[in-house]
Amino acid sequence: MFRRLRKIIKKEFIQALRDKKLRIFIFLPPIVQLLTYGYAVNFDIERAPTAILDEDRSAESRKLLYRFSHSRYFDIREYVDSERDLRRLIDHSRVTLALRIPRDFARQLQGGRQAPVQLLVDATDSNAALIVTRYAHAVVGEFSLDLMRQRLRQRGLQGDLSAPVVIEPRAWFNDNLVSRYTFVPGVIAMVVMLVSFMLTALAVVREKEIGTMEQILVSPLRPVEFMLGKTIPFVVIALLDVVLVTAVGVFWFEVPLRGSLVVLFVGTVAFLFNSVGLGLFISTVSNTQQQAMMAGSFIFTPAILLSGFIFPISNMPEFFQYITYLNPLRYFITVVQAVFLKGSGLAVLWPHMAAMTALGLALLTLSVSRFRRRLG
Amino acid sequence: MSDAPAIVVKDLTRDFGSFRAVDSISFEVRRGEIFGFLGPNGAGKSTTIRMLNGLLLPTAGEGRVAGFDIVREQESLQEHIGYMSQRFSLYEDLTAEENLDFFGGVYGLANDRLAARIDEVLRLVGLTERRADLTRTLALGLRQRLALASAVLHEPPILFLDEPTSGVDPISRRNFWDLIYAMADRGVTILVTTHYMDEAEFCDRLVLIYQGRLIAQGTPGDLKGLVQDAILAAYPDRLGEALEVARSLPLISDAAVFGRGLHLTAADPQAAGAALRQALAARDITLERLGRVAPTLEDAFISLIQRAGEE
Repeated sequence: MFRRLRKIIKKEFIQALRDKKLRIFIFLPPIVQLLTYGYAVNFDIERAPTAILDEDRSAESRKLLYRFSHSRYFDIREYVDSERDLRRLIDHSRVTLALRIPRDFARQLQGGRQAPVQLLVDATDSNAALIVTRYAHAVVGEFSLDLMRQRLRQRGLQGDLSAPVVIEPRAWFNDNLVSRYTFVPGVIAMVVMLVSFMLTALAVVREKEIGTMEQILVSPLRPVEFMLGKTIPFVVIALLDVVLVTAVGVFWFEVPLRGSLVVLFVGTVAFLFNSVGLGLFISTVSNTQQQAMMAGSFIFTPAILLSGFIFPISNMPEFFQYITYLNPLRYFITVVQAVFLKGSGLAVLWPHMAAMTALGLALLTLSVSRFRRRLG
Repeated sequence: MSDAPAIVVKDLTRDFGSFRAVDSISFEVRRGEIFGFLGPNGAGKSTTIRMLNGLLLPTAGEGRVAGFDIVREQESLQEHIGYMSQRFSLYEDLTAEENLDFFGGVYGLANDRLAARIDEVLRLVGLTERRADLTRTLALGLRQRLALASAVLHEPPILFLDEPTSGVDPISRRNFWDLIYAMADRGVTILVTTHYMDEAEFCDRLVLIYQGRLIAQGTPGDLKGLVQDAILAAYPDRLGEALEVARSLPLISDAAVFGRGLHLTAADPQAAGAALRQALAARDITLERLGRVAPTLEDAFISLIQRAGEE
């Protein structure tokens, strides 16, 4: 059994490392993905392009605008004179938000009445719109609070005069809310999945395509030997990719790795049962590499969308929340993020590990049972 | 056990959906013989072989190969056979030696024995010098020899060769058949499919398969003896025209170009010859030679298939 297994593993390694395209596929996508997420994807919004229409041109309106121009969240690009110009700037995506201060702003304030200001937001990206609106709220709120304080002083009140209740935010595990810290561990999870799952599926289907599968089926090789021989090399390659991506994440992007590498390793291995199991499953339903690629992306995309990596699972409709329990990537992303940022250990993460192991063994069993010792 | 046949097949049938690819075939192959499967493309030769080597399950019927049941004893059976499929199926991105190392390993050969066997089979097929070359750099004839080497690494007593020489040049084909003879001399039973008539002549015994049915079996001589009509060889000077003339004559049941002349099939050779002379003379076609010849295997093949088609 081990003699046969060793020969298959040896052959897979020779082929994988001799094939130039495959060699690139092993190392390039992990690095490209990591760099893309590390640099380009940034959910932190700073310096949102802003336009101002100040119809009041009073000392009060200027004080408010001063607050906006000195906030790092807003970048005032244009001062315009008409609402039409404001609309034009938003239409052409020159600014994402516009602040309009109406003509009687100062008068209303002086009269002690409420003075509304208008905020126009380009909500094409609803998430970004929500975030900049919140920032604007904060700026205006601070401004109002100061006005309030002044009014109370004028009426003779003494003392601190601060707001009765304040929130003191503490962002645990990611003090400065850097989205890169969240993404790099997520990318590690995605890379592991992509590499192990696609390489396994393609390696089996390629044998069918070039006709060597028939020669293997006619030999006394057992399905388990074949499947182990086909998966072990890609498990090893995926683990090497984890090392590579982790090293780049820690040393280049300076993402903190607070937990233990051993826990990360255990989690990765538990997850790999799933991704190679899926790869084998795809290879049993595809006859060409192209079919395998199609089937692969059909599984890969929903797996990412339903993993909580990009969209929080708690925001999903209940039905989809239940489905995510069947998604091994969900557990793996949680494990990787927890090991990196929270420094969690097995004591906390074991239910995730157990879920991945159970799902993985089920997938592997399914694939092995679907593997046919005969043609047709 | 030693004089039991290498292969016994009884009423073997295989359907693909509503299509019956192999229809109730029965035959026996003796130990150490070269047994030919002759038939046009799509006749069911490969399907039969794949049932015998455990790759396909028969729809009906039974068979034993090397004493093992083809349905129930797949694994033991597969340890005792070698198979070269119709499609070249070695890894082109591995060297000759790496391919042998892999397939030998798959058959469970231990390392030192495997190394010795690799040397042996490489010498046998004459590829010792090219052992470190990538398989994709080998010419087709050499690849076929490598495939044969790979199929016999584990010294199987029975060897299935499915159109081993298709697409290979005549000299390489001849060399390949020398290898087949060498194997047979060592006592290996060989079942080989082909649609080349000259190759069929090399077989000890043959079965002729047509549309999934076995329509004749025997030695090449037996099959030729099955031709009921006489074969006339005619050498006219204008071959194409003469062929049309011959085909128009009711006494001649079949006419085909054969080398530089025509082979004509007729129940009454005397009358047919006379009619042909007359018809050709009327067209001013000179007939250099006309005479009765012994049927070739190709004549037998065509005549047997025609007869099967008529039934």
